[in-house]
Amino acid sequence: MAETLLEVNDLRVRFATEDGTVRAVDGLSFKLDRGKVLGIVGESGSGKSVTAMTLMGLTRGVNAAFEGEVLYKGTDLLKVSDSGMQNYRGNELGMIFQDPMTSLNPVYRIGEQIVEAIQAHEKVGTRTARARTIELLRQVGIPNPDTRVDSFPHEFSGGMRQRAMIAMALSCNPSILIADEPTTALDVTIQAQIVDLINRLKDDFDSAVIFITHDLGVIAEIADEIIVMYAGRVVEQGTKRDIFYDPQMPYTWGLLGSIPRLDRPRVERLHTIEGTPPSLINLPEGCKFRPRCPHAFEKCTQEPALENRVATPGHLDRCWLDVEYKRAHRDDTISGGSVEAA
Amino acid sequence: MVAFLIRRVFGMIIVLILVSFITYLIFFKLPGGGPNGVADRIAGKVATPQNIASIKQKLGLNHNVFVQWYDMMKQLLSGQLVSYYDQTNVVQQIKEGLPETFSLCIGAGIIWLGFGILVGVISAVKAGGFSDRSITALALIGISLPVAWLGLLLRYFFAGEGHFTWFPDGGYVPLTTSPWQWFYHLLLPWFTLAILFIGFYGRVLRSNILDTINEDFVRTAKAKGLSSRRILVKHTLRASLIPIVTLFGLDFAAVLGGGAIITEVVYQIHGVGYYAAQSIHSQDLPPLMGVTLYGAAFIVVFSTIVDVAYAYLDPRIRLT
Repeated sequence: MAETLLEVNDLRVRFATEDGTVRAVDGLSFKLDRGKVLGIVGESGSGKSVTAMTLMGLTRGVNAAFEGEVLYKGTDLLKVSDSGMQNYRGNELGMIFQDPMTSLNPVYRIGEQIVEAIQAHEKVGTRTARARTIELLRQVGIPNPDTRVDSFPHEFSGGMRQRAMIAMALSCNPSILIADEPTTALDVTIQAQIVDLINRLKDDFDSAVIFITHDLGVIAEIADEIIVMYAGRVVEQGTKRDIFYDPQMPYTWGLLGSIPRLDRPRVERLHTIEGTPPSLINLPEGCKFRPRCPHAFEKCTQEPALENRVATPGHLDRCWLDVEYKRAHRDDTISGGSVEAA
Repeated sequence: MVAFLIRRVFGMIIVLILVSFITYLIFFKLPGGGPNGVADRIAGKVATPQNIASIKQKLGLNHNVFVQWYDMMKQLLSGQLVSYYDQTNVVQQIKEGLPETFSLCIGAGIIWLGFGILVGVISAVKAGGFSDRSITALALIGISLPVAWLGLLLRYFFAGEGHFTWFPDGGYVPLTTSPWQWFYHLLLPWFTLAILFIGFYGRVLRSNILDTINEDFVRTAKAKGLSSRRILVKHTLRASLIPIVTLFGLDFAAVLGGGAIITEVVYQIHGVGYYAAQSIHSQDLPPLMGVTLYGAAFIVVFSTIVDVAYAYLDPRIRLT
């Protein structure tokens, strides 16, 4: 059995703001084994990025409060001091951010920034670090890495910058790569290349990946397990197969219905989930998705627990609806009501 | 780069010509001093018409304004321009003031830049805390203190009749005569001149740092596992100092160009600012023309230096 790298137990993150307490993450649990890819999906404001940054210890501050455990190889990272986290950041957990245009420092050369990451964790000379940087840039597919290593970020395209970010995140051979919407700011052809790259490098570097996105289409290509988040909570959790072929949560159906697909009949319009995600300060009573859910009924005013309701073990959801009812009705949302006349 | 510099030099010359012409108009042609303007003022209250006419003749005030300006510029640039008041040579006087002005301004510049950065960094790192609040209060007091008042008080308490006569009471000793005496005499003037700038730079830097801390690339630096000190110095401070370079370039040029008038007068430092103050007092126009142009030259030269420094500090900027 593969080594468990990360085990998150009932993670809760709250921020005190002027308007009240924001419950950004509310009870998140998962396990991540070496070589696996965990996908976290959800709309903006569902707590995905806060989760990722909390794993790295980047959300700490006077206004932030944490509960639960983030066990990395047995050490609870939430209890590690901020300076102690320096040994984990970059070294054990590497991170790629959403916006490659602003995530690199504009005044330093690409190479300098990667060399700096290597030298933060290993006592190696600049020449060795530079040689490794060039090799890394080659691995992530930057053409002419031995000259481009001296380029400034503004001389790179968005896709190349994201490749450079990936090279930087992998420079110290982290066991876990956290990718926070790495493809969102890129155009579609580049998106596919970056996803392939991450997938390939995961095997080359023998690491695990946490891939965060709002796009289930992207996740379909890469994830082994998927967590669907809504309003800071996990609403459905299971293998890729569970989520794509037997989705139990009307919110997941909405996400599935909103990606264009070639293997289904073409619809006039893609599905949209009506309304907007709730404010994380004043959450609705009961099921958090109830106000936007077309299938809501009386029982939904009480919040369902995240538990296994189907035959497949490990497939968890938060929905009161009868499983057979859901299986009969979900295709209306996923495939769209009005199939275009042939 | 070369093309940029050539173009800037042309720009500077045009700016200086305009500055000199406008200054000439302000001093010689704007209303004031009676129907014959400057000639009336020079001739005094009991002048006869013959007096005034002969002054106008002597100073060339009967010519067309462009000719008058051209003549004055020719005299100034060839080093021939003399004071109306005591016939001393203007260029010579400015030259004699340079060592004192430079000593004052370079020392004060180092102090205000160093302390300004220190104050800004400390209050940004401790933002909201006690040291931030106390430094902010001190900085605001520093900005609000009039230099003349502060200079006189410091001189009174620490050099003059006060209880702590630790410092010499004004005056200047050349660096070549005695480096220690030079330093000792300038210490109070340096701080007097620097205090306003320290407060101001500290405030600007504090807010720049607090803006930069929220930049994505600072988060990236943290995610790489760098220490907080390294993130502060290498990533945050580097970006936050860029606007300070502009401020410093122009402020420093202004004081070098004779802008430290009050400090020089209060401490009896006979530099360019002191010369300007004397000339204003005696309504001596040729020295004022000289000092104004001298100051303007510093401003235009330093603004070019600032642009070049910018391109060096931020590689995205290209000089074209």
